[in-house]
Amino acid sequence: MADSITNPLGRPVSDGIIPEEEISRTENQWLTVMLSMLGVMMAIIVVTGATQALHPPSNVETIDPTTLHLGGEFAESNLGTAAEPDGSVTVRMIGEQYSFVPQCVQVPVDTPVKFRITSTDVIHGFLLPATNVNTMVVPGFVAEVRTAFSRPGIYESWHVGPGQSRAEGAIPQLESS
Amino acid sequence: MKERAVQNSSRLALYHLWIAFGVFLPAVALGAWQMPMRSPLPAPLDDTNAYYTSVTLHGTAMAYAVTTFFAMGFGYAVTATSLGRPVRGIIAAWIGFVICLIGTVMAVVIVLIGRATVLYTFYPPLLASPWYYFGALLLIGGSMIWVVLMIYNMLIWKRDNPGQPVPLAMFAITATAILWAWAASGVIIELLFVLIPQALGITTRIDVGLGRTLFTVTLHAVVYFWLMPAYIAYYTLAPEAAGGRLYSDTAGRLTFIMLLVFSVPVGLHHVFQDPDIGAGFKFLQSFLTFFVALPTLLTVFSICASLEIAGRARGGRGLLGWLWALPWQEPMVLAVALSLVMLGLGGFGGFINMSYAMNQMVHNTTWVTAHFHLIWGGAVVTMYFAIAYEIWPRITGRPLRSKELARWQLWLWFAGMLIVTIPWHITGLMGMPRRVAAFDYSDPFVAPMGPLVIISAIGGLILLVSAILLIAILVRSHFGEGQLQAPLRYAIAVNPPRAIPASLNGFALWNAILLVLMVFAYGYPIGQFLFLKSSVPAYEVTHTATSGAGP
Repeated sequence: MADSITNPLGRPVSDGIIPEEEISRTENQWLTVMLSMLGVMMAIIVVTGATQALHPPSNVETIDPTTLHLGGEFAESNLGTAAEPDGSVTVRMIGEQYSFVPQCVQVPVDTPVKFRITSTDVIHGFLLPATNVNTMVVPGFVAEVRTAFSRPGIYESWHVGPGQSRAEGAIPQLESS
Repeated sequence: MKERAVQNSSRLALYHLWIAFGVFLPAVALGAWQMPMRSPLPAPLDDTNAYYTSVTLHGTAMAYAVTTFFAMGFGYAVTATSLGRPVRGIIAAWIGFVICLIGTVMAVVIVLIGRATVLYTFYPPLLASPWYYFGALLLIGGSMIWVVLMIYNMLIWKRDNPGQPVPLAMFAITATAILWAWAASGVIIELLFVLIPQALGITTRIDVGLGRTLFTVTLHAVVYFWLMPAYIAYYTLAPEAAGGRLYSDTAGRLTFIMLLVFSVPVGLHHVFQDPDIGAGFKFLQSFLTFFVALPTLLTVFSICASLEIAGRARGGRGLLGWLWALPWQEPMVLAVALSLVMLGLGGFGGFINMSYAMNQMVHNTTWVTAHFHLIWGGAVVTMYFAIAYEIWPRITGRPLRSKELARWQLWLWFAGMLIVTIPWHITGLMGMPRRVAAFDYSDPFVAPMGPLVIISAIGGLILLVSAILLIAILVRSHFGEGQLQAPLRYAIAVNPPRAIPASLNGFALWNAILLVLMVFAYGYPIGQFLFLKSSVPAYEVTHTATSGAGP
């Protein structure tokens, strides 16, 4: 194994050109740098998640999409904005090809808002740009997202997924006032 | 006799690589068409159905066909050259090649006739023709023959050379094969127990949550399966091409072991915004995902140190003077630099994607598309190109025609990929969703994104030019004048390994650790679907629209 490589300039790069101790030392230094970087980043994730209410929808709540229309929480009369006794607001929506129902909802500003969304058919994506509202709407499950709108205005949402381009003109609008 | 066996190994590798690049060019062309299609510019054949068919084909071809054929071909080449003997089990290897090829053709045909517009992530409860799933199963299943052959070739070499360290390149390609087996387990189980029974009408309902969760087992690890051939080139080919030595053989082994162990039990970070997985396991896997950064950061250090050795040996002086002394005319050296830049940019975007909380800002937006195009389409395929430029002359016995064209091709690809992905990152932060075929650019919210989308479409054209150039170079090199070519040589470490512990010379321990991690990280997230009642009707994809038994 001891043959040295001769590079194009004719200078050999021989075995042990850098001592093993030197390599170990520099690698250990780099290990410290790597672990510190990761530690700082992990801390940022935990702190921002806790302080800025960035929590992915993780409620794992099942629902049968074939019986939604027969009554219960997602019956047509229950969809849209509902005021809760504690002053917060719940918005219930259904995603279906190729729109969300209802297409336009109004919510108050500076009030806790809870979205509860499910699908009657395929997977949809519900995304309100410039907010922390972003969830997959998976048939068989209720997606729950909590937020509060600090600025009045119209928020447009997107449908995401194959075939969703047909939602043109049916972009749901969310008005906070 | 031995001569013929060596030739057969070379031909085996070459056939795999030609399929990979043969699929690559049309897949790039599809991507280049999708870009004007979703931009404010006019596009030929303006049809949103065709858009999703194209996205499915582009994704399936790039993610499964190009990568799998490339890894297999590269694996056979590494086996023959690093062990210095023909591939054992060559007949099985050719059978695997044919199975993979049949699977690829089946899947492509079914997508083309509009019966499988389900994207490469399958998207249940959308349901494709069973033949699409059978095609995918043949491609993935056929590649398992390659996995077995890589392990077999390493093991019998160890038996024949007791106490010797397995050459780093062979050790690394075996790690790649084992990783692929672990990664593929998720999608194989999804195909066999969720999608195919439904497509054949054996089951009446489909569990979307289960299908998605199983797919995440594949979804992150598969990226590392794509990435590892690039890392093998970083460690074993680049220092040699630069005229230096590998800084540390141990760092190389640790890198590939960490890639194997850390990249599988982390897939749930792809579905942070899914309501079917609880917060605890999402957070756990987010935490585990951070460790995936370790092998990459270690690699960046080792490769820079190795190149510094080369630069200083070539007369480079000072803190950074060695950089200018490197042989930049070598495509491999240039490719490593361009690849590391894209890996760095894409990698920092990846930190955001995998962050339990920040993912919410970018999930499902063009930010994500930009991220994986930079990593796979940028950092990884750039190294595939460079590997091809190293290997082609060795296999064909004809010189590369020419290194200058190869440098042009690499620079064009680099420029094109940055022009594509920088605007996508920005539109993603503005809230532009991915997987949407057409936008209303007169909408005041969408209008500011228009110019950025147009810029990225120009990048797509540059990429197409670069891909055509790649094929031109390979074809020219294939049919050039024969000349004696130096054999493929792998970089030797500054301190070549003599006796190394068994744990750094095999994978038994690491497979056991990975099994424990997988049970820990995925046991409950998958097991929960046994008692959750979450099955729903499926939606068959036809060529006009989706239809099904919905209410």
